[in-house]
Amino acid sequence: MAEPKALPPASGHDKLMIGQSKAGIYMAHAILILGILIVAFPIYYTFVASTHSLQTILRPPLPLLPGDRFLENYSEALFGGVGRIGGVSVATLLINTTIVAFGIAIGKIIISILSAYAIVFFRFPGRMFFFWLIFITLMLPVEVRILPTYKVMVDLGLIDTYTGLIVPLIASATATLLFRQFFLTIPGELVEAARVDGAGPWRFFWDILLPLSRTNIAALFVILFIYGWTQYLWPLLVTNRNDMNTIVIALRKMISFADADTEWHLVMVTSMLAIVPPILVVVLMQRWFVRGLVDTEK
Amino acid sequence: MSPRVVFPNKILPYLLVAPQLAITLVFFYWPASQALRQSMLREDPFGLSSKFVWFDNFKKVLSDPNYLNSIQVTAIFSISVAAVAMGTALLLAVMAEKVVRSRGLYRTLMIWPYAVAPAIAGMLWLFLFNPSIGSLAYGLRWLGINWDPLLDGSQAMALVVAAASWKQISYNFLFFVAGLQAIPKTLIEAAAIDGAKPFKRFWTIVFPLLAPTTFFLLVVNTVYAFFDTFGIIHAVTGGGPGKATETLVYKVYNDGFVNLILGDSAAQSVILMIIVIALTAIQFRYVEKKVHYG
Repeated sequence: MAEPKALPPASGHDKLMIGQSKAGIYMAHAILILGILIVAFPIYYTFVASTHSLQTILRPPLPLLPGDRFLENYSEALFGGVGRIGGVSVATLLINTTIVAFGIAIGKIIISILSAYAIVFFRFPGRMFFFWLIFITLMLPVEVRILPTYKVMVDLGLIDTYTGLIVPLIASATATLLFRQFFLTIPGELVEAARVDGAGPWRFFWDILLPLSRTNIAALFVILFIYGWTQYLWPLLVTNRNDMNTIVIALRKMISFADADTEWHLVMVTSMLAIVPPILVVVLMQRWFVRGLVDTEK
Repeated sequence: MSPRVVFPNKILPYLLVAPQLAITLVFFYWPASQALRQSMLREDPFGLSSKFVWFDNFKKVLSDPNYLNSIQVTAIFSISVAAVAMGTALLLAVMAEKVVRSRGLYRTLMIWPYAVAPAIAGMLWLFLFNPSIGSLAYGLRWLGINWDPLLDGSQAMALVVAAASWKQISYNFLFFVAGLQAIPKTLIEAAAIDGAKPFKRFWTIVFPLLAPTTFFLLVVNTVYAFFDTFGIIHAVTGGGPGKATETLVYKVYNDGFVNLILGDSAAQSVILMIIVIALTAIQFRYVEKKVHYG
């Protein structure tokens, strides 16, 4: 932070740098507030819509303040089951999405920390070859191999399973690269000291490497959790059954503009339930989130 | 690099890389090689036999007016998303750098859209601007605009660009703020003492020094607009109306998965692979450059 130093402790107030005017600062605040209104409005408006009855939503413009149907709408969606998606309740969808997001985040962290550990702390034939093999997957996102990957899923019987939703997404070059980068900064003396003290590779991994990687893991976890929660194309391909859908895919199925029977109040509730958990993760773990974002893009 | 201290173990390292390699081979390399093979095969309509046709599928795809249209749509879409999302984020980041009061609050509120899935971002915007029930669509009509993104191609494009850019503002904002903080304040103050007005200071000092960040974000935003916005297109317009919003990735999905034209879809996949490889190469070349700027 570039806050001016050596000033009275009244921090948190705008102080003028050379060449800054009071008017300029007010202007900056005004533009920021406008920006935040634009950024926050769609989310706020969805929340407002989720507390109104279907009849109110169908007659625009919608009031700008929340209505009185909060409890009815949310309990209907969460526990009642939604007609358009085969009577599956939003609670089921939330459980699915949570399993997938945690599975992807934790799975990615485990397999990439293991392979980065092997690549940095061991010497074995084929080491660099494996490294490149992993690295090149950066250039093969799901989007460029849709059909053949789908075929593999069918052949392995992984359609409509959690394994199918999670495992193909947990191979990650970025996470491996990140851990490799971090491991390379660990001084060789540390390894030597551990070895002199009689620690084997597992002991070193558990007692030294993992504790040192804590911040990296936290940062990566936030990014990967969001990644898993917001997946679209992959769940769309590998789920057919309504009760295996993630919340994002189910939401898509709930909306139809062609006919009039879309239950918009439930759609809005589902939207809120789909965006609040990842927003909470990002906001509450903001420090790690920003770090993870900057690190993974290096 | 000095030789690292390592563990003398013959089998353990292979066990450690095994899980990642297995997943990579089964779900990345095998399908990608299948896409390559398929892109040079043509199947008869019953799928009973196929013959090797070299680059015929590519020729066919690249001379297909629908594919050319899709290239054009993708270009317009990506350029618009990058311009809107980066322009807005840069403006907000520059403003956020100026203020001290409630800076943390601004940042907290600004990062929300990052957590929203692209498809949901699309649906929120569609709900706001849906001609029959959207309140903002109501407002547009009240202003006398004949608004119907479900029928008008350029309005549909405007809607998906708005949704895609909205979602990307948070990301760009965080990187621009980081980039701005790396610029020494003394430089800007020196220019101010020399009498340069705020706008001039921005153009002659801040913007050029921000070039590495801007270039990096340009690549990232292009990748985002190409690939990550599939959900927005699929959920909001389905490529329509007509083919007005059919991007390259949407077309691969549609031709392969919905229309089942395997050879064409595979050829399109391979073309997309080439695009990703090019973009990744640009990104990594740039990373080396970033070191110079510190």
